[in-house]
Amino acid sequence: MTFENEHLIPGQVGQFFIVLAFVASIISAISYFTASKIQLENEKQKWIRFARAAFFIEAFSLITVFLSIFYICSHHYFEYFYAYKHASKELEPKYLLACIWEGQEGSFLLWALWHCVLGTILIFTSKKREAPIMTIVNSAQSLLVLMILGIYFFNTRIGSSPFVLTRNELAGPIFSQPDYLSYIKDGVGLNVLLRNYWMVIHPPILFLGFASTIVPISFAYSSLSTKDWGGWVKAALPWTLFSACVLGTGIMMGGKWAYESLSFGGYWAWDPVENASLVPWLILVAGLHCMAVYNSTKNALRASYFFIILTYLFVLYSTFLTRTGILGDTSVHAFTEAGMAMNVLIGIYVIAITIPVFFMYFKNYKSIPTIQKEEDISSREFWMFIGSLILFLSAIFIISITSLPVYNKIFGTNIADPADREFAYNKVLVLVAVIIGLLTGASQFLKYRNTNKKYLLQKLAWPLGIAIAATILLVIFYPLEYTKKGPGFLIAIYLALFASVFSLIANAFYLKTVLRWNLKAGGAAISHLGFALLIGGMLISSGNKKVISDNSKTGLFIPFSKDPTGRNDENPMENLTLLKGVPTQMGQYTVTYMKDSASNEKDRTFYKLHFQKKDSTTGKVEEDFVLSPDAYRMKNNNLTSNPGTKHYLTHDIFTYISTISVPDSESDTATFRNHEMAIGDSVFYSKGYFVLNKIEKDPQNERFHFSPTDTALVADITVHANDGTQYKAYPALTIKHQQLDFINDTVVAQNLYLNFSGISDNKKFKINSKETDKLTDFITLKAYYFPYINLVWLGLVIMSCGFVISLVSRVKASKLVTYLSVGLVLAFLFYMFLLANA
Amino acid sequence: MKTSSIIILVVIAAAIGALLMYSVDFSTYDTISSAKQKQGQYVHLIARLDKSKPIQYDALKDPNYLSFYAVDSLGNTTQVIYHNTKPPELEQSDRVVLKGKMEGNVFECNDILLKCPSKYKDNKKELEKSVSQY
Repeated sequence: MTFENEHLIPGQVGQFFIVLAFVASIISAISYFTASKIQLENEKQKWIRFARAAFFIEAFSLITVFLSIFYICSHHYFEYFYAYKHASKELEPKYLLACIWEGQEGSFLLWALWHCVLGTILIFTSKKREAPIMTIVNSAQSLLVLMILGIYFFNTRIGSSPFVLTRNELAGPIFSQPDYLSYIKDGVGLNVLLRNYWMVIHPPILFLGFASTIVPISFAYSSLSTKDWGGWVKAALPWTLFSACVLGTGIMMGGKWAYESLSFGGYWAWDPVENASLVPWLILVAGLHCMAVYNSTKNALRASYFFIILTYLFVLYSTFLTRTGILGDTSVHAFTEAGMAMNVLIGIYVIAITIPVFFMYFKNYKSIPTIQKEEDISSREFWMFIGSLILFLSAIFIISITSLPVYNKIFGTNIADPADREFAYNKVLVLVAVIIGLLTGASQFLKYRNTNKKYLLQKLAWPLGIAIAATILLVIFYPLEYTKKGPGFLIAIYLALFASVFSLIANAFYLKTVLRWNLKAGGAAISHLGFALLIGGMLISSGNKKVISDNSKTGLFIPFSKDPTGRNDENPMENLTLLKGVPTQMGQYTVTYMKDSASNEKDRTFYKLHFQKKDSTTGKVEEDFVLSPDAYRMKNNNLTSNPGTKHYLTHDIFTYISTISVPDSESDTATFRNHEMAIGDSVFYSKGYFVLNKIEKDPQNERFHFSPTDTALVADITVHANDGTQYKAYPALTIKHQQLDFINDTVVAQNLYLNFSGISDNKKFKINSKETDKLTDFITLKAYYFPYINLVWLGLVIMSCGFVISLVSRVKASKLVTYLSVGLVLAFLFYMFLLANA
Repeated sequence: MKTSSIIILVVIAAAIGALLMYSVDFSTYDTISSAKQKQGQYVHLIARLDKSKPIQYDALKDPNYLSFYAVDSLGNTTQVIYHNTKPPELEQSDRVVLKGKMEGNVFECNDILLKCPSKYKDNKKELEKSVSQY
């Protein structure tokens, strides 16, 4: 049977180039390997030239593959399964890239493309190490391309190709018809959770971070295979700095994304997926410090090898955790089951590169030179090594808990996460923060080999004194209120805060007194300063984070069925329901859900919430703003919400919607009854009567605040229900900028709507009433107060800039390049983290 | 550094590590009947929504009260109380991981992790359903 209207050419082109890329990467790997084993310079160059050609063919092929996918998705060719699954016609073009790397295949391709970029740079810069380094890069590349190969081999499909056809993948009656495509109206599209600009920018940065960790391990391999022990460290240091910078930024971008557009209520939740990317970074930073130690003192070479190889192992292990579906029961955002064949491939990738390199490392362990003399306890390298060890141990601690599902799989156990997962991590890592803070602060003033004690004390006295004073001031004037885990933990938080403040000040002092603001030499100090700020910001923002939508104190609450568990007052009820148009007290704010507004995206609605904060004594309005959290309401009433956040310099007010009223399919049929009432008149409704007490002009009270230019009339009405209860209602009419506007009032308990529409000819007031069984529109929301969250983002930006400064000074870049690269990174990160969504 | 000092460091590290691991109170995955044996103890239940019983949730009256019934693979059921909003996809979920503890015959839930076919695109059955809708 021939099918109509299919576009098979782009898929065939793409598939051809996948196979070509796979073959080319293997040829390139083998040729580079051969070249690395040949001593004869002439012969070696021949192989290298051949291997380079294969590499460039591979790079060209992968770019073509990417363009083919892009073409298919942008043209909505739903005959391709990938386009059907990830693209849709209503998707805005800006999300086109995001929908490509939403899937496994697209993200593997992204990773492989970064390998091409890095490989090209390495070919031109790594000189005599090119052959062994590119052997590793190409081996990794061939394994990555294998994941998307999609070729049958003995009846098993190896890898999953992005070019398979929908009709071959799915069974369904429509596929037996030649014109099946006319029945597929639209694709599934990008998951609404991911429709955010961070989805466009975060994956490329994170994957660049992951991909770049292959460079340090390639350098380590090159030295192990040529038995040129120490030389690699100096050459690999800039790459390691690059990796640490990009991976660190990528991880925090994930945190920023989670904070500002996902409804997790924070930037870090110790989710296994987050941990899986943090652990390689910690080990990489440990390795980075050991390499710096070796570079200056020839110590710690063995540890440098070990950490760098381990980093790559953990990068691949985290790939394994997030992509095989093994985290299904513990993580909110891991991929689900990918299929046995895929799992085996990922498993092979985890061991194929790292195990041989580890084997070479252990085989040569004895030959790797060390210094026999013990390090002096006053030397910088001793404490840097201790710091690396602490980072390494915390990484091991984190990954041990994160790997629970793996033990369960292997040993058939049923161990699960601890009850309070975040606390289980926090209580340990808060101590790590104390140690790291003290080390990063004090070790700046230590010298390699040994330090004069008097000099050290002299230099440390000021920072230590200021840090102690600052911490005491904080305790008095801005105490942390995180008491729910007991005083012990609070003290630990204060200690960590002290250590962070100390590190911040000590590094600033180092820049001032030792480096005399020669920032070019101060990359490390700047990074440490940023890191201290980041940790300090985390401690404060999490320690004093508050739920302001606390329903146990305010708001509407009518128990409607017996709660068999009873209510626990210790856990605040975090959700608050707001009725449309009814002001509700929330924390210090009076919040009114004003209206909905549809967006140009399908199913997406913005909810306008008016926040007002008044001084309790003078009644003066101190803050007045509108937040617009939004939500996608899908078919079958699924809801995906994005927060609305008010950013202040010192704190954020963060809200998101957790429930919305389900619109009734039958429209509200009740209509307003019109009454003309004089003062004192009463009108009956089905459950009682209401009285117009008076009309006030421009009142200023609890409820209404009109500006002097407005004209407002407010009807004061008392509703007398048959059961004897009384309610007050204040429908109003206002004239603002020559625009007539009505503020209706609702007596929720009576389902009575009141509207004040004007004055009739005979000097009576037009009051309209409506009764309805239909519930009014409402939303349920959560709201948090995050103090000093900007310190976290600022710390990250400074830390990343510190990495870049170290990097450019290591490669001895010219002044122009230095200023340009630091300036660009600073501008980009500052914009992304502090301005983009403000 | 001397080998001896490295060994000492490793031993200290291992000891700290063991201590830390010990200090974490791991929970377990349980069935409803085994959770009922462990009254008041924090467990993870893997179950499914019992669609034959009502879901009680009315955000207008109390947004922090959800009650539903869960049934596990052995066929046991329990009432679940969750003091939070109803996860929007609860009705569509095919599997839920409930974190909390059994109090009498009621499971007091702190956290719900839903596995929804609609959210994940790797489920071919669901895709087949949606492609044939047209």
